[in-house]
Amino acid sequence: MRVDEAKHKKRNKKKKRYIFRFSILVVLVGAITYALIQNYNKDKDIHEEGDQAPNFELTQVSENHDDAGEPLRLSDLEGKGVMLNFWATYCEPCEREMPYMEDLYPEYEDDIEIVAVSLDTSELVINRFINKYDLTFPVVHDTNSEVMDLYNISPLPSTIFIDADGKIVDKVNGELSLDTLEEHFKEIQPK
Amino acid sequence: MGVNHVKCECGHINPEGTVLCEACGKPIEKNQHIDGNEGKKLLNMRYDGASRRSQTYNQSIVDKIWNFFSSVRNGVILIVIALLASGIGTIFPQEMYIPEEAADRNPAVFYEDWYGIFGKIYYQLGLHNLYSSWWYMLLIALIGVSLVICSIDRFVPLRRALKMQKPKRHYTFLSRQRLFSNSGDVSEEDKKKVVERLKKKRYKITDENGYILAEKNRFSRWGPYVNHIGLIIVLLAALVRMSPIMFLDDYVWVREGEEKVIPSTDGEYFIENKKFTLETYDAEDEENEKFKDAIEEQGMIEKNYQTDAVIYKAKDKEVVGEEEELEKVKEGSLQMNKPMKFGGYTLYQSGYQENEFSDMTFGIYETDDEDGDSLGEVTIDTLEPDTTYETDSGFEVEVVQYYPEYEMKDGEPRSVSKFPRNPAFVLEVTPPDSDEEELSFVGIGKNIDATGENDYKMKIKDYNQRFVSGITVRKDYTIPFFIIGAAIFLIGVMQGMYWYHRRIWINPDKKGMLLAAHTNKNWFGIKKDIEYAIEGTSFEMVTDQEEEKEMEDDNREV
Repeated sequence: MRVDEAKHKKRNKKKKRYIFRFSILVVLVGAITYALIQNYNKDKDIHEEGDQAPNFELTQVSENHDDAGEPLRLSDLEGKGVMLNFWATYCEPCEREMPYMEDLYPEYEDDIEIVAVSLDTSELVINRFINKYDLTFPVVHDTNSEVMDLYNISPLPSTIFIDADGKIVDKVNGELSLDTLEEHFKEIQPK
Repeated sequence: MGVNHVKCECGHINPEGTVLCEACGKPIEKNQHIDGNEGKKLLNMRYDGASRRSQTYNQSIVDKIWNFFSSVRNGVILIVIALLASGIGTIFPQEMYIPEEAADRNPAVFYEDWYGIFGKIYYQLGLHNLYSSWWYMLLIALIGVSLVICSIDRFVPLRRALKMQKPKRHYTFLSRQRLFSNSGDVSEEDKKKVVERLKKKRYKITDENGYILAEKNRFSRWGPYVNHIGLIIVLLAALVRMSPIMFLDDYVWVREGEEKVIPSTDGEYFIENKKFTLETYDAEDEENEKFKDAIEEQGMIEKNYQTDAVIYKAKDKEVVGEEEELEKVKEGSLQMNKPMKFGGYTLYQSGYQENEFSDMTFGIYETDDEDGDSLGEVTIDTLEPDTTYETDSGFEVEVVQYYPEYEMKDGEPRSVSKFPRNPAFVLEVTPPDSDEEELSFVGIGKNIDATGENDYKMKIKDYNQRFVSGITVRKDYTIPFFIIGAAIFLIGVMQGMYWYHRRIWINPDKKGMLLAAHTNKNWFGIKKDIEYAIEGTSFEMVTDQEEEKEMEDDNREV
């Protein structure tokens, strides 16, 4: 009887110790996992492929466009694929890819909207640029870098391709060629 | 009684792995290897010879992991690896410290370019981002785990051992303490006297059938564990610091007169820079008389950097970018070391640039009479220039092209940034009552007549420069945790360093009156205590068996 009791007591003690050790290890592993995930996320952009593109509203500056001075809201473009191009007049690669965008725009206009977000300061230089290249797609002016901050854009140009449902399909940091641009257009073209 | 328990001759049942009996202190024969007591005169009193479970059980996977981390040896190995890794990270600069003057700052190119094959390997192994690599962080985390488990695994048995200790100890235990004496026959009177004096020295006395234990400052033994708790809090603080809710750090450049979103606030807050002030010490000022030479030698010594700023909050934020209604939250000035606080964020004055123009005034002159009076003036804002200007005298000036930071590239003028650091304009001048437009290109130190036939010449008459203020944006809720952790750490250090756990055993044994003593530090002090207690009694002063041993060793060498 006493032997049984002792054995029982011992088993109980062992079990308690197991639970104690197990819980401590779980807490520690949890903390480490959290740290590693946080560290991993830090290196990533906030918005990724597959995520819903965050909404914004900016004023159009395109002189050649009827809607100059009108606000443009991303959510209003749902149903169309959207090419969101972050650019500036002083950025040479941006200047190189602009004509490609203008080349393809008439062909895809019904399915795809190009929104060129300018990060310049003065409207004058944007207008001069639009005239130089006869741009017909809407150009909006991110006057206090809010949308740039929202999309966590650092190098210019940066282009985000959004499908008809408002999901980010692709992010391109850097210059696009005519071919790659058309490939991306095909991706976001509503079927 | 379980198979794994060890019964001592005093009758106490010890857990497996016990080195010195928990009750009487007699060494348990088969476990002497654990603390390396074999063949030694003195007993190792580490953890009072209690059983550290980790060194005995080895069963489930949980126990195995536990045992791995509870080993101090393994902890030291982890620390050494982390040390080596940290060293490797300093061989070449980390990615964020790639020098400005590098031809190509792309890490894929830079390392091979500058350091050859070793640089390439360094980059390919990912060592250019070592300190934020997952394995380095894991290594640091494992050291933390080792710290936690080592502490638990030693704290629990030590507490048990100290709680259970009995005044009556085995002869072997007492005689193998560093301080020991056998006084033979001692009167009860003398013993009482000694106990009284120890009491006066603030020893706690436990008397069990004439066996005495005098103990003092036991709490000093918990010093290292309190210390570890402090370290663990610091580690936890470092952990929560990784979350953007608890900590963020950003930087923003704001020009005078500009209003800008404050980064990392989710577009919630805006800052307007009303004015930036840079003050320097004036050598002529009487107050600075003493420093006159220094100021003159240095040329310019800054006294104050200050941004007068207004903070706004977006009132109704439905969509980013939308013309928001802004609500003024705070207005004030930021100075170096005098940050501005609002809504959990702190703004620090951290830098400035004085290389931008805010506006430029051009005068119109007749080409033939450059030094004569100007025929009209226009002032162009460099942030938002208008398309056309008209002078009072009726000249019309159209801004055909504007280059905020003008540079010549491949024979063509262009701007390299949006910042008006070197503004240049292509202006079209139409004189009053005339349709004859003339183009001129004007900038700092440049004045080009497009056709060479212009009747009028544009010249810079005046300009204003503007400061750009660099502001650090920070939110940090983790500082209090660091302070608490560091405070606990120091309390632990004090506890362990400035108090000493002293124990004195007085046991009437059949071999005579035994007196033994142990302390974790300051043996001189405990000897003084004993000297004081036994003065004028028939107790014999303890011998320091460690010193004795050393002397013997020395003699042997000679």
